[in-house]
Amino acid sequence: MQTRKQSPQSFATRAPLELKILVAGVLLFLYCPFGIILLYAFTTEETAFTFPPPGLTLDWFGVALFKRPDIWGPLTLSVQVALVATFIALVLGSLIALAVSRAKFFGREAITFLVILPIALPGIITGIALRSAIGLFGIDFSFWTIIVGHATFCVVVVYNNVVARLRRTAKSQMEASADLGAHSFQTFRYIILPAIATALVAGGMLAFALSFDEVIVTTFTAGQQTTLPIWILGQLTRPRQRPVTNIVALFVIAITFIPIVIAQRLTQDTNE
Amino acid sequence: MTTHFSTQTKTAAVSLLHRISTFFHHHPTMGLALLLAIPLLWLGLVYLGSLAALLLQSFFKLDDYTGQVVREFTLDTYKQLFTRSNMDIVLRTAAMSTAVTLACALLAFPISFYMARYASRASKIAFYIAVTLPLWSSYLVRVYSWKLILAKEGVIGWFFQAFGLQGVLDAILAVPVIGGPSLSVSMYGTFFAFVYVWLPYMIIPTYTALERVPRSMLEASADLGARPLDTFLRVILPLAFPGVVAGSIFTFSLTLGDYIIPGVLGNSAFFIGQVVLTQQGTAGNIPLAAAITVVPMIIMTIYLFIAGRLGAFEAL
Repeated sequence: MQTRKQSPQSFATRAPLELKILVAGVLLFLYCPFGIILLYAFTTEETAFTFPPPGLTLDWFGVALFKRPDIWGPLTLSVQVALVATFIALVLGSLIALAVSRAKFFGREAITFLVILPIALPGIITGIALRSAIGLFGIDFSFWTIIVGHATFCVVVVYNNVVARLRRTAKSQMEASADLGAHSFQTFRYIILPAIATALVAGGMLAFALSFDEVIVTTFTAGQQTTLPIWILGQLTRPRQRPVTNIVALFVIAITFIPIVIAQRLTQDTNE
Repeated sequence: MTTHFSTQTKTAAVSLLHRISTFFHHHPTMGLALLLAIPLLWLGLVYLGSLAALLLQSFFKLDDYTGQVVREFTLDTYKQLFTRSNMDIVLRTAAMSTAVTLACALLAFPISFYMARYASRASKIAFYIAVTLPLWSSYLVRVYSWKLILAKEGVIGWFFQAFGLQGVLDAILAVPVIGGPSLSVSMYGTFFAFVYVWLPYMIIPTYTALERVPRSMLEASADLGARPLDTFLRVILPLAFPGVVAGSIFTFSLTLGDYIIPGVLGNSAFFIGQVVLTQQGTAGNIPLAAAITVVPMIIMTIYLFIAGRLGAFEAL
């Protein structure tokens, strides 16, 4: 009995070597492109990329910072879009989460489904659907047409985070709050809001990252406007100062990595 | 005077809030309606409304002479859709989505299994972050980096040459239909890039499903005399399956609608997404673009229905 408990048949505590190699291989596969992007930010070639790079230089960082004013417009637009879309997603996502976690009601499943739909359907469907609505009603492309698309698919990440947190928040606390004479707004302010605060921050950061990098839907709702991903897409097909695009990409990666890592830390116990 | 006044308003406000909250306590449906009004207006009106507009447009047609959309009910656009070349595109895209989904499932399983069974608590978190991080970093540039890896003078080509395996690479590229002059301008390139970008979407739900398999069940299986392989095949695998199906929703759906990857990497054979993009963009034929989009919508509806039956939504 004793020996069995220590090493049950199906319970090898250490992974077999083959499995470890496979895991390492998958991780390498996931991260190899990042190495390539980094490497080619320093290459001396401007147009074609050959491996290994013929030489390395730091010059492109200077070029990106001082000689390419075309970067700043798209960057500003993307930040603005992501901020506004995140704000709308935070409001809509937490409202739905509050309603859904509050009671079982008719149509609850349908609402959950409706929230997931914008990311479960291919992005191109959301894109062309919005585009055809814009066309049908003769609406002009603007900042707000981009926002509508982004907010719609960002709602789900906020919703997911908040609903998961609410599920873990004890109902008894809210009941106690009501029993002690608090009205619903006080209960919201002093019980629910502190409980979901980190989930909101995490959801908001994920929404920001999602919006900041989105290109599929944006192509359909942006008209002539250029967000940063659309700018990058344009650069990728144009063979001019290619390492500059890599530098912008590294910057985008950095700007999204930080909030994601923070979001992950904030929701650690909810996710487990 | 002012303080007195403000206290009075404050008490009045508090009692008003109390009355409001009591009202909603007695009328919970009203409370729900109030919470849901704006979100439902947004998702229902803007999102579902747009989908409806899309469907509606697919029944309009483009006047060939004026280039204007004729807003009358017609099935002409759907007739255009069911041509040989368009059906080829649909089949090609669906086949690619299936292949990518299978490859993702195969690649995701070992790492998910390792994360769920062998990794310590701290390294689980590290793995989780490591797997999800690529999802959030510039999708476009990661796709493009595959062009650098797979191009003729790229990393892979260099390795094949360095190890004297040029013949092997040439043989792989000589395969008809999927082959091409180099990895980056063949179906291999499209396939690799798709598998690469969607893999995390498969790992996370598979891992979550594996994580939920109770240890006691594995112990019971062993106690009842099952060999590790039996336990794996008859306990772990069936329990993890809904997670894999959940992941497949993403890998399949995302491949079905993507138009960037086949544009950057591939042998310039069209995919559904690209047709939609060119029809609405350069061709200005929104009705046809809308009609084509109905195809992946139907495919995904069937897919979601089957996935729901297999328990995928509980595993999301």
